[in-house]
Amino acid sequence: MFAVTAAALLVAMCLAMCRALLGPTAYDRVLALNNIGTMTVVLIAVLGFLNGRPDFLDLALAYALINFIGTIAVLKYIEYGDLGTSGGPRRRNASRR
Amino acid sequence: MMAQVLSVLVWALLLSGAFFLVTGALGMVRLPDVFTRMHAAGMADTMGAGLILVGLCVHSGVNLVTLRLLLVLAFLWFTSPIATHALAKAALSGGAEPYTLAGGDEGERGTEAEGGGMS
Amino acid sequence: MNRVLWLWGILFALWLPLSDHYEPLFLFFGVLTCTIAVFVGARMGIVDRESVPVQLVWRGALYLPWLVWEIFKSNVRVARIILTPRLRVDPSIVHFRASQLTDLGRFIYANSITLTPGTVTTGIVGDDFEVHAIVQEEIDGSEENEMNRRVVVLEGEGA
Repeated sequence: MFAVTAAALLVAMCLAMCRALLGPTAYDRVLALNNIGTMTVVLIAVLGFLNGRPDFLDLALAYALINFIGTIAVLKYIEYGDLGTSGGPRRRNASRR
Repeated sequence: MMAQVLSVLVWALLLSGAFFLVTGALGMVRLPDVFTRMHAAGMADTMGAGLILVGLCVHSGVNLVTLRLLLVLAFLWFTSPIATHALAKAALSGGAEPYTLAGGDEGERGTEAEGGGMS
Repeated sequence: MNRVLWLWGILFALWLPLSDHYEPLFLFFGVLTCTIAVFVGARMGIVDRESVPVQLVWRGALYLPWLVWEIFKSNVRVARIILTPRLRVDPSIVHFRASQLTDLGRFIYANSITLTPGTVTTGIVGDDFEVHAIVQEEIDGSEENEMNRRVVVLEGEGA
């Protein structure tokens, strides 16, 4: 049953990868990559059980954190153009609505 | 008897989790713009990952592996809304125009139509 | 001070099963690591009600099952929208007024909204929440009011 779950995960990752390749805006790609990262975390956990070695879970734990920080870093880079800018209130786009 | 019940439960949890994951990924492809796709991604993050990890928990019984699985789940559920919110805010201030029914054709897949044309 | 001890205990309780070594040398490393981490946190002044919300643990344990059930319901709803052959999305941005008193309460409420698929918090100004919903009719306000009420209860008496 773990093999079935892993196969479903791979299919879902392929679909999300399609969106990452197609995505018209950069935000679509970031969203798709974040989603793929989440699925990778689950895939690592499932693969650990598939091989009978649940030690892989530590990797999943670390990957979950790296995935989150990576997403935030890429978003910050897209928005500010560099990673050194401190946060603070953002300028909202007036022409939005 | 007990083992069979547990096995069926694990099957059900893993399969329904996989269903939500694939549906979420399908939504990533089908939905028209980045804001609606966020909901599909949120679906994969919450129920997809959640059900599969809980299924693995049930399979492994009560030991350190369960604790790690629950930690992974907790990290995912804590971080995913923050990442989604950051993405939504960045997309709004970056000029992405939310898709509305009035603005476009209903049911249009819009791989190219949304975002790229309007931002 | 109490919170510092709580944080140390939580960190060490996390460290112990994750390392899974109980020899004196590794226990010493664990104690050292947790102490350094807590010391740095205390020096930065970030060990407070918001970062170590131990006051929420019991009420949070009551809130969590309800939240999971709510997430499950809205997951099914969004899955039905996605799997319908003809997409029936009607996304819109709506505004809510949140009645939490503290920033922590608003944070929990906003994250709960985002965590339930179908609604994403896109911005917060004061107590005004800007929420993007995938189908407008689904957000008639009743469920959000229920969640709002429950987070106020979770928050307790406030600051």
